[in-house]
Amino acid sequence: MTTEMKASVLKNLDAVRAMIRRHKRNDMLFAMVGLVALMLGLLTLLTLFIDLVMDGYPRFNLQFFSDFPSRRAGSAGLLSAWVGSALVMLVTFLTAVPVGVAAGLYLEEYAPKNWFSDLIEINVSNLAGVPSIIYGLLALGLFVYGFNFGQSILTAGLTLGLLILPIVIVSTREAIRGIPVAIREAAYAVGATKWQVVSDHVVKYSQGGILTGVIIGMSRAIGETAPIITIGALTFIAFLPPSPISDVAPFINFQWLDSGFTVLPIQMFNWLSRPDHAFHINAAATGAIIIVVTLLMNGTAIYLRYKIRKNIKW
Amino acid sequence: MVNITTPIKAEARDLNFFYSNGNQALKSINMPLYEKKITALIGPSGCGKSTFLRCFNRMHDLYPGNKYQGQIVMHPDNTNILEAGVDPIEVRMRISMVFQKPNPFPKTIYENVAYGLRVRDEKNKRTLDDKVEEALKGAALWNEVKDRLQDLAFNLSGGQQQRLCIARALATDPEIMLFDEPTSALDPIATANIEELMSELKEKLTILVVTHNMQQAARVSDYTAYMYLGELMEYGDTNQIFTRPTRKETEDYITGKFG
Amino acid sequence: MNTATMTENTTTLTISPRLAKSVRRNIKERVIELILMLAALSAVFTTFAIVAILFYESFGFFKTVSLVEFFTGTEWTPLFEDAHYGILPLVAGTLTTSLVALAVAVPIGTIAAIYLSEFASHKTREIAKPILELLVGVPTIAFGYFALLFVTPLLQKVYPVLPGFNMLSAGLVMGVMIIPYIASVAEDAMRAVPMSMREGSYAMGATRFQTAIRVITPAATSGIVAAYILAISRAVGETMVVAVAAGQQPNFTFNPTEGAATITAYIVQVAMGDLPHASIGYQSIFAAGLVLFAMTLGFNLIGHVVRKKFREQY
Repeated sequence: MTTEMKASVLKNLDAVRAMIRRHKRNDMLFAMVGLVALMLGLLTLLTLFIDLVMDGYPRFNLQFFSDFPSRRAGSAGLLSAWVGSALVMLVTFLTAVPVGVAAGLYLEEYAPKNWFSDLIEINVSNLAGVPSIIYGLLALGLFVYGFNFGQSILTAGLTLGLLILPIVIVSTREAIRGIPVAIREAAYAVGATKWQVVSDHVVKYSQGGILTGVIIGMSRAIGETAPIITIGALTFIAFLPPSPISDVAPFINFQWLDSGFTVLPIQMFNWLSRPDHAFHINAAATGAIIIVVTLLMNGTAIYLRYKIRKNIKW
Repeated sequence: MVNITTPIKAEARDLNFFYSNGNQALKSINMPLYEKKITALIGPSGCGKSTFLRCFNRMHDLYPGNKYQGQIVMHPDNTNILEAGVDPIEVRMRISMVFQKPNPFPKTIYENVAYGLRVRDEKNKRTLDDKVEEALKGAALWNEVKDRLQDLAFNLSGGQQQRLCIARALATDPEIMLFDEPTSALDPIATANIEELMSELKEKLTILVVTHNMQQAARVSDYTAYMYLGELMEYGDTNQIFTRPTRKETEDYITGKFG
Repeated sequence: MNTATMTENTTTLTISPRLAKSVRRNIKERVIELILMLAALSAVFTTFAIVAILFYESFGFFKTVSLVEFFTGTEWTPLFEDAHYGILPLVAGTLTTSLVALAVAVPIGTIAAIYLSEFASHKTREIAKPILELLVGVPTIAFGYFALLFVTPLLQKVYPVLPGFNMLSAGLVMGVMIIPYIASVAEDAMRAVPMSMREGSYAMGATRFQTAIRVITPAATSGIVAAYILAISRAVGETMVVAVAAGQQPNFTFNPTEGAATITAYIVQVAMGDLPHASIGYQSIFAAGLVLFAMTLGFNLIGHVVRKKFREQY
């Protein structure tokens, strides 16, 4: 190796190193911009939450939960809204979970792979992309006037049930898909029928995944406003629906299903739409409560899924 | 035996390598790469030959937790390319690599070959055109693609794609070229083309090739290294390794008793 | 096997209890499969019901209103004495708010996706992805509050003539809302690019930034574009942010600093009032809903086709 050649290599290397330094500066710059972009969503949410809490903090007391809405902002409360939300969620849960899980089971375990299952699949993924307000129109035409359910808890619960159905179906399918064929074969090998395999094994091992999907779906339903407004829910409700539990046999009644109602996000929208700023305080407090509830639910679901992924190793 | 007058282009000195899970994949390897020669790495799967090859352009740095110990020294500048202060990018600009499976980018044939130059901020159209043509000629692909340079690279056959990847690696005038089982995904005719190409390429640069095919090693390489369980068992002139291996294990592997 | 032969069998020879049991078992299995299939079909029924209701009610609407007036008229005043039924002002409001949202969400979401996929450490990604999911779950009514009572006053400090209801702040907030969605879907597309392509780029001496911009982004184009299209569909169907912050006055303009009603805001406005069933006003929200449904369906279909294409590429 001549010294001349060596010198040329070294000179070349210096140029290369200078170029790399330049390129690395771009890298650094982009990494910084990227981090800011990523944080932007989070920071906005934080700002939003702090804004709601600061605006709404005078109303964070038990009174707020036990008062009916009122013409006077200071004494208006959330009682009918949170009771309404709870009852609507009950109906939603009771419709979306059985139907969604059954549909997921059918698609994963039973459906032949042909145009028929394709049709269902296309519909599920399409429904997931339909704006929620369209579900409201469906419910207005079908449940409110078609079936004459009126603007009731039943209508609202069914509407939100349909809305979250795709979420439950998709998460059920994903949970089932994680179960290895070997488990199924082991059960068949000892003479189990298909339904025995499905109910004893498939459902059991996919419980966690299904639960995750159900929680995410329910938290979506709790915060949904548009479809409930569309069915014509009243916004000023100063009474509670009849109690689902009665003191005479058979101890439950279904009158509450027909009752008028309001829910948390509707109550918030109502207060927010008023020009009087005093009501905005109530809206802010309600918003903070809704965010806390949905974040807690989603957080639980995400944590649950993380745990499931960590623990189960087939 | 080893020709002492041939200069050494790079050498591994007491090289150890640990994967992020703690597995030691390479155990104190010492080996030279002679300039403008082809060195072949052979051995059973999992012996560490690809791991060793990928140390030469710091590919392991792409995955967190991997650790090198020891040195790989490049000549004539005596740079230890594994040193923490040496940027892996600098190493990769000097040592290019051809992978097991052809991995062209979702770009045109022209842009694939020009990629390394663009990464090096080359913007002059004339220079790019010239270099792309030269590299494609060097990779024996020019005649097949000269009329369709603006076609997507995915439209080429497997063998053509691999030669395109060689052209891509060639376009930046690397000092060393690494081949990681370059023909394992190809048919015999495409394999023969690539082997012929490697023999032509060594006129200009130093080559290190991993192969699971012993005939290939015997056909193309000047030096051969036999690795087993992360250790370099035997290194020497290819003729000598294949005709008079000094170690029993090498002989067993070469004669097909094992591996 | 029908009942006649069954009774015949039992009289002539006693069938083994095992066979009887297996017959019962088979019937049970069949019934269960049928029930599960009906559950799965609920997705198809829902889609069908949505289309049927929208068309049915719109049909009544188009008996009064000509299609030409509907699609070319520039005034939308169905509830006025002097009624006009041109949908264009609502479409303009919908598109304007959506475009403002995309102008925010597309660049920021894409940069965040590139950062997450190519720059962030494994640990950062593990933390950031669930947070993105949490952000997607925040109820939109809360963002409506934020747009009306935080962002608009903020913008008014810079630009004092901005009206209290304006499409700009609604669009901006909607954009922030969509960032996590784009970031998450686009990141999935980038992660799906095979590692061999990254290795090929790095082996040529490229930096992270060069690899991300020159190789990964082009390779993931169809997935990224699908993310954009699905985001448009979301923006178009978004209701509460625009209903709260952009105003409910139809206004044929593409100027974001003005207030204007979107299709969704109009539906909300009508539903909040007390419209008699089967009146033209009632029918008008279904006609508007049909346009919205067609728009989102179109975007969703394109999005799914594009996304499918990128899945097949590798």
